Amino acid sequence: MSDSPLVAEHAEHTEHDRPELRHHFADEEQQRNAASLGMWWFLGTEIMFFGGMFCAYLIYRLKYFPDFAAASRSLSLGIGTFNTTVLICSSLTVAQAVRAAQMGNRKLQVRMLLLTLVFGLAFLGIKTKEWGDKYREHHIPTFDFSAKDLMRDNQHLFGLDKLQNDPQALQKREAEIQQHSQIFFALYFALTGMHAIHMIVGVGIFSVITWMAWKGRFTPGYHTPLEIAGLYWHFVDIVWIYLFPLLYLIDRRPGA
Amino acid sequence: MATAVASMEKKNYLNAEYGIRSWLFTTDHKRIALLYLISITAFFFIGGFFALLIRLELLTPAGDLMSADMYNKAFTMHGQVMVFFFLIPSIPAVLGNFLVPMMIGAKDLALPRINLISWYIYIIAGILYLHCIATGGVDTGWTFYTPFSTMFSNTRVVEAGLAIFISGFSSILTGLNFVVTVHRMRAPGMTWSRLPLFVWSHYATSIIMLLGTPVIAITLILVVLERTLNLGIFDPTRGGDPVLFQHLFWFYSHPAVYIMILPSMAVISEIIPCFSRKRIFGYSFVAMSSIAIAAIGFLVWAHHMFVAGISVYSALVFSFLSYLVAVPSAIKVFNWTATMYKGSVSFSTPMLYAFGFIGLFTIGGLTGLFLACLGLDLHVHDTYFVIAHFHYVMVGGAVMGYLGGMHFWWPKISGRMYPESWGRAAALIVFLGFNLTFFPQFVLGYLGMPRRYYDYSHMPEWQALNVLSTAGATILAVGYLLPMVYFLWSLRYGKIATDNPWGATGLEWRTSSPPPTFNFDETPVVTWEAYEYESMSLPEEVTLER
Repeated sequence: MSDSPLVAEHAEHTEHDRPELRHHFADEEQQRNAASLGMWWFLGTEIMFFGGMFCAYLIYRLKYFPDFAAASRSLSLGIGTFNTTVLICSSLTVAQAVRAAQMGNRKLQVRMLLLTLVFGLAFLGIKTKEWGDKYREHHIPTFDFSAKDLMRDNQHLFGLDKLQNDPQALQKREAEIQQHSQIFFALYFALTGMHAIHMIVGVGIFSVITWMAWKGRFTPGYHTPLEIAGLYWHFVDIVWIYLFPLLYLIDRRPGA
Repeated sequence: MATAVASMEKKNYLNAEYGIRSWLFTTDHKRIALLYLISITAFFFIGGFFALLIRLELLTPAGDLMSADMYNKAFTMHGQVMVFFFLIPSIPAVLGNFLVPMMIGAKDLALPRINLISWYIYIIAGILYLHCIATGGVDTGWTFYTPFSTMFSNTRVVEAGLAIFISGFSSILTGLNFVVTVHRMRAPGMTWSRLPLFVWSHYATSIIMLLGTPVIAITLILVVLERTLNLGIFDPTRGGDPVLFQHLFWFYSHPAVYIMILPSMAVISEIIPCFSRKRIFGYSFVAMSSIAIAAIGFLVWAHHMFVAGISVYSALVFSFLSYLVAVPSAIKVFNWTATMYKGSVSFSTPMLYAFGFIGLFTIGGLTGLFLACLGLDLHVHDTYFVIAHFHYVMVGGAVMGYLGGMHFWWPKISGRMYPESWGRAAALIVFLGFNLTFFPQFVLGYLGMPRRYYDYSHMPEWQALNVLSTAGATILAVGYLLPMVYFLWSLRYGKIATDNPWGATGLEWRTSSPPPTFNFDETPVVTWEAYEYESMSLPEEVTLER
C-alpha cells in the first residue's frame, strides 16, 4: 500500500517459483498495487467520459426543465426501479466473489460470478425491453419521433392548458415540446446506450474471470484480476445509480 | 570497425532479438518507443505535406493552385494530423516511453502489454484517418465546429471523428502507464523530490491525458451520433446549442496544448542543467509549475470562445485565469535562464534547440497574453495572429523540444553519435526557417488577414509577407529533413557512443548505450539528488562544444 520505493533485495526471483509475477516487478505486492492504481485512474477517465454527457444533460435540463420532466414521466418507474435493484444485487455478488477468493473458496467464487453474469444479462435484457417500448411509443429521436402522447398526458406541466385560446402560441409551444423532448430522448439513449456498452464489456470481462475462477487461478494470495474487474463492475453500477434519478425521477410529483 | 564489432557483442535491447515478430510483439518500452518514432515521423511528413500545400496556395493572392474546397480540406487535415497524430504522441510516446522507466530506475513501464496495445490503437486510428484522407478527406477545420460539421459539411466527418476518438484511447493508455509507473516503479531511494524534472513534467502531462481525453472522446461521439442520427443536440434551429459543443471541445483541446508543450519543457529541463554544468535553479518550483500548468490549464478553455456569445462575466473570469496560467510557464523560463547564469554553457546541438525553445516559447507565450486580453482578442480573433501565436508554441516550442531531445538522447537510443557540425547547422536552419515562416504571420494577422482564407486578392499588399512566410517554410522543411537524414546515416557510420557522452547525471546515463533489455544490470539504488552537476567532474572522454 505504501507509496515508498521498494527495497532492492526483493528483486531476486525466478519465473518458476512465482508464475504470476511478471519480470519487471520486484514482488507481488508491487504488481497488485500497480494494477489496482491503474484501474482507479482508468475509472477516473471514465468519470470524465460520462461527465461530458452529464454536463450536456444538465445544461439542457436547466434550459428546458418542464419538457424534460414530462418526457421523464414517460419512462416506466417500475421497470427502472426493478432494474436498479438487479444491478445492485450484481454488485453484491461481485463483492461476495472477491470475498470467496480471499477465503480460497473456489466453488462459492464460481457460483457468485455466475450469478453476477445472470444479473448483468438480466439488466441488459430488461433495458432492451424498455428501449423496445420507447420504439413503440415513437420516442426514438428522428425515427418517426412524436411527442403527442407527452402533450396529451402533461397538459398542465407544459402550460398547454393556458394556451387553449391562442392557437398560434399553442402551435409554437407544441413545436418546442416536440424538439425539446427529442433532445431529452437523444440524451436518454446516448447515456443509457453508453452505459449498456460498458455493461456488455463488463459481461465479457466477467465471462473470462469466471472461466479463470473455474480453472482455480485465484488464490487467497493472488486474485488481482478478479479484484480490478470488480472495481470496474462497481463503477458501472455507480454510473447507473446516478443515471436512474437523473433520467427517471426528474419530477414525479402528482399534479405538478 | 573493430571497435564497432566489440561493442556490438554486448547484448542490448536492439540486438537481443531479431525479426519483425520480435518488434511487433515486443513489450519492451524502448522498442515500443521506436515503433512510435517511426509512425509519428510518417504522420509528421503527411501533416507537413498539407502545410506545404497551404503555403503554396498563399504564395499568390488569387486562389489559383486549388479550389476553395480543396483548401479547406488541406488546412483541416494539416491540423488534425499534426495535432492528434504527431504532436500529442510525439515526446510522450517516443522519448517519454523510452526514458521514464529508465530515469526512475525501473525495468519497464508498469503495464508493458497495455503499452503495446496503445501503439496498436494508435496505428488503427492512423490507418482509419489515412483511409479518410484517401477517400475524400474532411473540411471542418481541425476543431469540428458544429453545426457545420454535423449538418452542412459533405465530407468524411464521421470517419475522421472516429479515427481521432480511437487515437484518444492510445493517449489515455500511455498516460495511465506513466502515472502508475511513477507511483509504483521507482527504484530504491528515488523519492519524489529526487525525480528528474522530465518525469515530473510527464506526470503532469499524463494527468491531462487521463482527465481531458475522455471528454473529447464523448464530444466526438456526440458529433458522430448527431451527424448520423440527426439528433438535434447541437442544432440551434431545434433547441440544441452549438456553443455547448465548443465548451466540450475546448475543455479537452485547450489542455491538449499543455499535453504538447509540457513534455517539451520536460526535455528542456534536462538539457539546460547538463550543458550549463549546474544544478537546475529552483528544482521544486520547476517541478510544481508543471503540476500548476496541468491544473490551471483545465480552467481556461473558454478563452477560445470570447466571440462565440458567452457572457461578459464568464469571459472576464476566463481572461483572468488565462493570465494566471502564464505564471507557472514564466517560472520555468526564469528558472532555466537562472540555471544558465554563471554556468559553464556549451553550444552543443541539444543546447541550441533549448535556446531556440526558450526564445520562441517566450514569444508564443507572451502573444498568448495578447489573446487572453478581451479587447485585443476581438480585433485579432481568427486572424493569422492566432495562427502565428500557436505555431510559436506548438512548432517553436513543442517541436524544438522534441528535436532537442532526439539529439540529446540519440546516443542512448541508437548507441551512435550524430555528426555534431551537421546537427548545429540543422538547428540553426530550423530556427531561422521557423522565424521567417511565422513572424510575418503576426504582422499579417495584425493587419487583419483572416485564417482559413485561400484567396486574398482583395488585399494584394499582403502578398509580400506571405511570400516571406512560404520561403521560410521551405527552409524549415530542409531543417526538418536534415536530422532525419543524418540520424539514419549515423546508424551505420556514426561514432560509437559512450555510455554517458554528455557527462549527464540522470540514471539513464548510468547504463550502457544502447541499454540492455531490462535497462540496468542491477537495480540502481539512488542516494543523490537530481542534477548534481557541481559535484560531478566531466568524464575524460567527454568534450562539449564551446
